[in-house]
Amino acid sequence: MLFDHPLPEVIDRAGLDQLVKLLQADGYTVVGPTERDGALVLDELAGGADLPDGIGVETGAGHYRLRERADGAVFNHSAGPQSWKQFVHPPRQRVDAPEPVRRLAFIGVRPCDLAALAILDGVLGAAPYPDDRYLARRDQIFVVAVNCVEPGNTCFCASTGTGPAAEWGYDLVLTEQEGEGGHRFLLGTGSVAGEEILDRLTHRTATGGEIREARRAVDDAAGSMGRSMPETDLRGLLNRARGSEHWEQVANRCLACANCTMVCPTCFCTTVEDATDLEGDNAERWQRWDSCFDPDFSYIHGGAVRKSVGSRYRQWMSHKLSTWHDQFGTSGCVGCGRCIAWCPAGIDITAEAAALAEKERTR
Amino acid sequence: MIQAMRETARPARAEAMVPAAYTVVDHRRETHDTVTLTLLPGRGTALPRFRPGQFTMLSAEGIGEIPVSISGDPDDQHDGRLVQTIREVGAVSAALCRSEAGSEIGVRGPYGHGWRLASALDGDLLVVAGGIGLAPLRPLIRSALGRREHFGDVTLLAGARSYADLLYPLQLDAWARRRDTAVTVTLDRPDPGWTGRVGLITGPLAETAIVPERTTAYLCGPEIMIKVCADALAARGVPPERIQVSLERNMKCGVGWCGHCQLGPHLLCRSGPVCRWDAVADLLDIEEL
Ligand SMILES: Cc1cc2nc3c(=O)[nH]c(=O)nc-3n(C[C@H](O)[C@H](O)[C@H](O)COP(=O)(O)OP(=O)(O)OC[C@H]3O[C@@H](n4cnc5c(N)ncnc54)[C@H](O)[C@@H]3O)c2cc1C
Ligand code: SF4
Ligand code: SF4
Repeated sequence: MLFDHPLPEVIDRAGLDQLVKLLQADGYTVVGPTERDGALVLDELAGGADLPDGIGVETGAGHYRLRERADGAVFNHSAGPQSWKQFVHPPRQRVDAPEPVRRLAFIGVRPCDLAALAILDGVLGAAPYPDDRYLARRDQIFVVAVNCVEPGNTCFCASTGTGPAAEWGYDLVLTEQEGEGGHRFLLGTGSVAGEEILDRLTHRTATGGEIREARRAVDDAAGSMGRSMPETDLRGLLNRARGSEHWEQVANRCLACANCTMVCPTCFCTTVEDATDLEGDNAERWQRWDSCFDPDFSYIHGGAVRKSVGSRYRQWMSHKLSTWHDQFGTSGCVGCGRCIAWCPAGIDITAEAAALAEKERTR
Repeated sequence: MIQAMRETARPARAEAMVPAAYTVVDHRRETHDTVTLTLLPGRGTALPRFRPGQFTMLSAEGIGEIPVSISGDPDDQHDGRLVQTIREVGAVSAALCRSEAGSEIGVRGPYGHGWRLASALDGDLLVVAGGIGLAPLRPLIRSALGRREHFGDVTLLAGARSYADLLYPLQLDAWARRRDTAVTVTLDRPDPGWTGRVGLITGPLAETAIVPERTTAYLCGPEIMIKVCADALAARGVPPERIQVSLERNMKCGVGWCGHCQLGPHLLCRSGPVCRWDAVADLLDIEEL
């Protein structure tokens, strides 16, 4: 953990470039946030210069826009339209042929997304049938996390217990600082591999003032999230709400477009498709992301089980907040806010949870 | 590079989504739309032994893969044989039904929780099957009849739309001739010459004498049939935890990855397809869950 770490180290902006270079020299393909077509996407970085210096984001329900920041901060932007899920659990993969595993280094993993990776580990990596492809990819990943010091309008990880501080699951963790003393990153290690990289980086030891400032910034972040989940037993609330008329009201707004499931860093559902090549000689089996909003998702001979949009929204939200606990022992929501920002109808999972809680209270 | 991940030692094993090649050694037409295949594994591809109520994922190469229950005798698994009964309803099931002796199909599994028989020892068994639902129940019946002395009354109620739709008529006949087994077959639409029962299975169920506290019930068939029969049995005092039902949901993987087979808290490929009624009764009451 950053603040328990005996002595956090400090690197400057050039140190970040050096970090990317070192990882590349060690054979990693380095992936991080970079600007593309008006959004911050996650993609391979040629070098540290591809990181989004001075770019911030403005988010809201159904809203995401880049903005220029007054400072040069690299990591002060909340979750973008993609998540790290796409690298460990790709949108489309062939599952009946061997696949070379790339060594990936993730730079700029936010605490919510670290928690999401841990959740995917529990879903896809656990017994009795661990997904070996997932585990092989996951095994190779070097994680550089960033503590959140500037949460966005759609963020609520403080209320889901998954941020804004990165607690574990990283090799290195950064806390970005601007202002007096220049642009710099406090750096903590979380693994032997992280320590080995640190040894090769140009760094100095953090001052007491820098450490206090970092702690204050992360503490403040917890108090400045744009949203929060209602403080109630969500698991029980969603269980009891199965028969609620509320789902029909959501259905009036929801377009069943499946955006929320695609952007969610923990939504893991897939479908399997078999195909033959044009000659019909070679069969291939592909797995691709699927969504519980697709009417065919629940198809059984005779028709879909979840025909109405309301029943599909209920399935999604109940799975995230309630039945995920039954199946995998945790919540399926890490409070990243992506589903809120990328819902074309501006449907907000925190607002829907609050509405269900309110309905139950006033009944 | 996460420590916990590094420490997980994983034995090499076949890819979970890659089926083992099995050869069709017998193709038996059961009804106008249903076929029973007997499958044998290729060299070195035999899957683990199955238990009654489990299913496999069957692939017709290049067309697709579907969940199908095992309908064979659990006490006859020599050479790794699998017996499965498939009703043709769409692309994949039709292709499987067309697989003649000698052809190859892909098999993964066996998967899921099957029928619990141990908890019924020394008690009465009541088996209620609707249509193709008799297929997953057959291994259970075989298992019980193979250990007949360990059970009290054994009663089988089987329903079908018409005589032409009735599965395993010879097998049913043979069971009916046993003095230690009561078999009632009912048809929704009677054929000329049919002298047996007519109407929904709820009729004979209501007339079957049961001692609720000694009875374990096993139900499979259309969901509405399962619901009505399980509710009726529970109302007559059979403890819900001793009513076992086999449920169907869309399944794309069988191993808990695809998310399609959810029923509330359940992933039916794992905690099902056979569930205790007390674990699912409330869930099936909710529309479109
Ligand atoms: C645990 C389990 C055991 C089953 N056992 C048997 C059995 O012993 N014999 C038998 O004939 N049928 C059984 N079924 C039903 C069988 O899986 C479907 O009839 C089959 O999937 C239809 O596929 P299709 O491509 O031929 O038809 P389509 O109607 O074209 O189906 C398209 C796709 O939808 C999905 N699908 C459709 N119906 C079902 C369904 N009922 N259950 C799950 N997925 C479905 C499949 O992915 C299928 O490929 C079982 C289903 C489950 C879940
Ligand atoms: S449900 Fe929404 S807020 Fe929660 S993890 Fe998924 S995308 Fe993020
Ligand atoms: S909640 Fe929003 S993002 Fe999700 S399916 Fe409905 S309209 Fe699309």
